[in-house]
Amino acid sequence: MAAAREIKDKIGGIQNTQKITSAMEMVAASKMRKTQDRMREGRPYATRIRAVIGHLANAAPEYRHAFMEDRAVKKVGYIVISTDKGLCGGLNVNLFRTLVKDMSEWKSKGIDSQFGLVGNKAISFFNSFGGEVTATVNHLGEAPSMNDLIGGVKVMIDAFEDGEIDRLYIACNKFESAMTQTPEINQLLPLLAEDDEEIKHRWDYLYEPEARELIEGLIERYIESQVYQAVVENSACEQAAKMMAMKNATDNAGSLIDELTLLYNNVRQAAITQEIAEIVGGAAAV
Amino acid sequence: MAMTMHCNIVSAEKEIFSGRVTMLVATGSLGELGIMPGHAPLLTGLRPGPVRLLMDNGEEEVFFASGGFLEVQPGITTVLADTALRADDLDEAAAIEARDAAEKGVADQGAEFNFSVAAAQLAEASARLRTLDELRKRKR
Repeated sequence: MAAAREIKDKIGGIQNTQKITSAMEMVAASKMRKTQDRMREGRPYATRIRAVIGHLANAAPEYRHAFMEDRAVKKVGYIVISTDKGLCGGLNVNLFRTLVKDMSEWKSKGIDSQFGLVGNKAISFFNSFGGEVTATVNHLGEAPSMNDLIGGVKVMIDAFEDGEIDRLYIACNKFESAMTQTPEINQLLPLLAEDDEEIKHRWDYLYEPEARELIEGLIERYIESQVYQAVVENSACEQAAKMMAMKNATDNAGSLIDELTLLYNNVRQAAITQEIAEIVGGAAAV
Repeated sequence: MAMTMHCNIVSAEKEIFSGRVTMLVATGSLGELGIMPGHAPLLTGLRPGPVRLLMDNGEEEVFFASGGFLEVQPGITTVLADTALRADDLDEAAAIEARDAAEKGVADQGAEFNFSVAAAQLAEASARLRTLDELRKRKR
């Protein structure tokens, strides 16, 4: 019966794991709702301000901000937004894979990259991967505030202003649905012109009061809102991915338990049959 | 039918309004602005105050924006507000209280007094009240 005992212990162990994963699934599901709300609330502002900035980049303004100059690319910067905790399936790995692919494309043209990292997972990835990391931010929690982020982001923006980097991208996961999250790399700086044929001709805004002041304020808002939205979106992705990962783990544990139970019954039955055979054999010998 | 343009009002927290309007009146950083369809492209800062929308069917809607930006394109206007509310959601009692507190702050300047903060608070509180007045006038 030693084998049966061993199997029984194993089943017990898996059942404990299953309890934990199913609890984590439920926690992730309830957190997902909250993070999703946060993401939805911020989306309209982020999209609208991106459209306004798109128009602005198309215009021929009297005042050209440094962020509007499309310079020859010698170095690119990435703001990488990852999660703080693991156990969320392939979410971070997919993002890093997309990022590395993008980077090696630049690399093949002889262009280096530098990174501003958000989240523990990106930090530990770049620890082993190498690469020039200039800023890190972690432990943002579930309700990230712009204040916690701004320091790390400022480093990258200053690098752009000083001409250290000539492009700034933001890499994060986009929340499509609870089932799918896709890694995305979006250009943050220089400002991207919107492809709109209607407003292609040369024109400029009327500015009230001064163009410079206004554009600076607007760009600052724009960067803040894009980064914040990316972080919020990524945290919604994290919870959704975690929920799926934990659901799969719970299901897998269930099927493993079924298999082991079958095996356990077989072994037990075999042992009983053997005992009976021994008794019958013994009686016949007497 | 009167000419209309598309108008979007968003705040950092949510989308407040999106639809077609015949005119928009807002408080720009240099004064009140009335925007009608076909207006030249314009970019301006917003001061705390009411944003009035005239609808296609002659109805009017009032919102409160606590500052932000206004972008005008010939066919579309976008209000990027820091915080915006439907004026109906404004709480008059709270606004009066906030104004009184801010006025007191401006009047009695203690040692650690930050004038610009108090002045901004006062401006916002009175803008809220102005929005409410506007709303009341319209209802009558």
